[in-house]
Amino acid sequence: MNAPATHRWFARGWLGAGYLFLYLPIVALVLYSFNDSPIPNVWRGFTLKWYAALASDREILSGFWLSLKIAFLTACGSVVLGTLAAFSLVKYRRFTGRTLFTGMVNAPLVMPEVVVGLSLLLMLVSVQRATQGAFGWGFPERGMLTIWFGHLLLGLAYATVVIQARLHDLNPQLEEAAQDLGARPHQVFWLVTLPMIGQSLASAWLLTFTLSLDDVVLSAFLSGPGATTMPLVIFSRARLGLNPSVNAVATLIVLVVAVGVVAASYLIARAERRRQQEMAAAFRT
Amino acid sequence: MSFLRIEGLTKEFDGYKAVNHVSLDIAKGEIFALLGSSGCGKSTLLRMLAGFETPTAGRIVLDGRDLAGLPPYERPINMMFQSYALFPHLTVWDNIAFGLKRDGLPRDRIAERVDAMLKLVQLGKFAKRKPHQLSGGQQQRVALARSLAKQPQLLLLDEPLGALDKKLREETQIELVNIIESVGVTCVMVTHDQEEAMTMASRIAVMSEGQFLQVGAPGDIYETPATRFVADFIGNVNLMDGTVVEDQPDHVVVECADCRHFVGHGITGTPGMAVTVALRPEKIHLTRQRPADEFNSAPGRIKELSYFGSFTVYHVVLASGALLKVSLANTQRHRDVEFTWGDEVWAHWSRTSHVVLTQ
Amino acid sequence: MNALLRLVAVLRRGRTYVIGTPYVWLLAFFLLPFLILVNYSVSEMETVHPRALVSIKDGVLQLSVKFANYLYIAQDDLYFKTYLASLKYATVTTLLCLVIGYPFAYFMARARSTLQPALLMLVMLPFWTSFLLRVYAWKGLLSPGGWVADVLVATGIDQLLAAAGLIAAPGKLMNTPFSLVLGMTYTYLPFMILPLFGNLSKMDLRLLEAAQDLGASPWVAFWKVTVPLSKAGIIAGSMLVFIPCVGEFVIPELLGGPETLMTGRVMWDEFFSNNDWPLASTLAVVMILLIIVPLAVFNKYQAEAQDRQGGRA
Repeated sequence: MNAPATHRWFARGWLGAGYLFLYLPIVALVLYSFNDSPIPNVWRGFTLKWYAALASDREILSGFWLSLKIAFLTACGSVVLGTLAAFSLVKYRRFTGRTLFTGMVNAPLVMPEVVVGLSLLLMLVSVQRATQGAFGWGFPERGMLTIWFGHLLLGLAYATVVIQARLHDLNPQLEEAAQDLGARPHQVFWLVTLPMIGQSLASAWLLTFTLSLDDVVLSAFLSGPGATTMPLVIFSRARLGLNPSVNAVATLIVLVVAVGVVAASYLIARAERRRQQEMAAAFRT
Repeated sequence: MSFLRIEGLTKEFDGYKAVNHVSLDIAKGEIFALLGSSGCGKSTLLRMLAGFETPTAGRIVLDGRDLAGLPPYERPINMMFQSYALFPHLTVWDNIAFGLKRDGLPRDRIAERVDAMLKLVQLGKFAKRKPHQLSGGQQQRVALARSLAKQPQLLLLDEPLGALDKKLREETQIELVNIIESVGVTCVMVTHDQEEAMTMASRIAVMSEGQFLQVGAPGDIYETPATRFVADFIGNVNLMDGTVVEDQPDHVVVECADCRHFVGHGITGTPGMAVTVALRPEKIHLTRQRPADEFNSAPGRIKELSYFGSFTVYHVVLASGALLKVSLANTQRHRDVEFTWGDEVWAHWSRTSHVVLTQ
Repeated sequence: MNALLRLVAVLRRGRTYVIGTPYVWLLAFFLLPFLILVNYSVSEMETVHPRALVSIKDGVLQLSVKFANYLYIAQDDLYFKTYLASLKYATVTTLLCLVIGYPFAYFMARARSTLQPALLMLVMLPFWTSFLLRVYAWKGLLSPGGWVADVLVATGIDQLLAAAGLIAAPGKLMNTPFSLVLGMTYTYLPFMILPLFGNLSKMDLRLLEAAQDLGASPWVAFWKVTVPLSKAGIIAGSMLVFIPCVGEFVIPELLGGPETLMTGRVMWDEFFSNNDWPLASTLAVVMILLIIVPLAVFNKYQAEAQDRQGGRA
């Protein structure tokens, strides 16, 4: 469909303005991380001192390390639980309590985090009291483990959405063909299903990793002494006002994410292009 | 003792009988076709043979062994799926080897077998390719090779030619039958395409609403249909209702609106019975003069004609207003055809060219 | 005995564990917490933990359900206003996201197909970058001396905003309804764009050709064909923006001010500052009740989308 010229310029204008809106804060963040000035918003000169300061900023470094650990565990757990949940929803059309299951899996996607955080904390505290009374030691202690539980809940919802989309696209005849050829159900999963959904598992892993790394509210409710994640550190500093150390951390994160996303997109696009070339070659013979 | 025996097989979904108490005997090495339009239950029946659906009632006995309760991966049956279902992440070689690996065969035996299969379908050069790098016809051959690799006792084909275009279909039909016959495997195929069933199968079961309407060789079904439905389903047919006037062991005379039929075979019936005469279009001749026989002829006017290149179908309006379809081969090159719109003609046919149907 | 045999049979099937593992996990970590939340909101507190609702005292079964917290909320003007404000800001944000996001997604979907993956990636990139940091960046942009603040002051737009009551006074753009809504719209825009893009990019363009062939101008075809067909995307996007916005905490905390009090912040304060767990629980339960209708709509949409996807018995 050919759009008239004015239509095309309007489209480009809207898209351009939109992208500008989306990227403006990121650009500002990065630029001001190099600002050599005691007053954060006034540009005075170029400096790398904020980055240097990061190296000895123990609070941020330990927070970062903790967040990394939790994010890794969250991603792994979310993918496992998410695969099971996605499987249940796609493969088993009818089972008792399916509506409740669907509701519970989807709710964390939109439920306000303050509600999820509070209720989860209350539950964990109750469990802790109960075990304290029964066994003499309270489990679980608020800290890394409890934060992990919270992130896992959120991660499960997102992972399920991603994996389910790919699972439904899978031709069911592939799995039937595998069975027909002698593969038992678990073999079907490992040999046929898993390779086919592999990319969505990777996407789900990255998505939940990022979500966990970035989470503030759940971490706030569920953390304990000595378990301060990086977002919590940043949040407490941000609340107090503008702080160039935050800009420095932000720039590093943006850099890593940008490189990661661009690299991933490039790899995917290249694999796609190669596939199309091979297809074209196949038909020439 | 038949090789594959189906006894009283029924499949019910929520009160709806997709397959309704069907029974069948198939001999070893036969190519058998289940023919019917969509929703008739043929696919459900095939899936029950493969093990993907559990019968509500009835038995399936293969080579003396009852298959009840056996999951698909334990049955000596392999299926070629309609969509081919080739594993996209595996090469052609690995696709064909998949089933053999599940059996735990030693590596050299597997290699031997896969190479033999590749040779059978003439895809030796493509062993290292992935399915998306193959054309549709090549993919089908891989699917066939894969389903034959384990030397199954029964091969199932689900709409084998459905995905191919017309030209490819004709070539593939013959090739497919040759391969299957050279291997000697018993084969049950499912299709909605009559041509496919008639060219490929040695016996056909016409299926509708979960039941078999007629089972027999293609020629028998075409020339001797058992019911109106079957006559109408297979090919083109003219159906004329009439009453039995004379009933003898070796012939029957049926009085119809436009003509009197002298049918050269007997029927189980009585004079005065209402019957239908089925007459295939290609069995009818057209002349301008009135034919000698007082039976088996009717006057009419050509209302429509459809040109198909190798033959032409004429729609002849008879005295009662009924339409008779006549198919004449165009044996001459020149298109100054004998008949055209509006011509007054006589349609006539021989005494053995039509069939009387009582159902 | 029969029931026991059935139970054993169920436990032997592999699928019980496939469904069971996430199911049990969700019951324990999602449903149970919710029930405990409700429990806290209606319980009498015994120092640090709630007293049991049901107890036996002197041989009498006693049920004690305390509604005091709910009554307190209902009567106190502050909480009512806060809930109303939350709904108001969430609605405004959703509408803004729709107005900005729909054309954005539309133009993305109509761009050249080779360009679309790159366009999509460019929308996703900020999403993958920490949202906390980007909200913090707006703090800088809107504070005096920040780029956006300077532009708005220079163009005089801040006078308009002040006149409209969106900011307290010209030049003071931070900690106002304006900065709050701006921050929320910014953060949730990708959540609106993505489902809309998914929906619009899959639309069959031949439908538009058919409409034009039948005499509809492009503008009419847009409203009569494209928009109705994208209804599912609009609903999904709107729910993905509206529901979380109601309970949003971080953005009001960083960009909002004293007059933009939202339920998220109130709840947080009750819990962390006042240590009043029952009241915080009550506030949470009321928040859930507020969003229960949109939540049901979202759930229905998700279930329908999943049913459309599945389809095998």
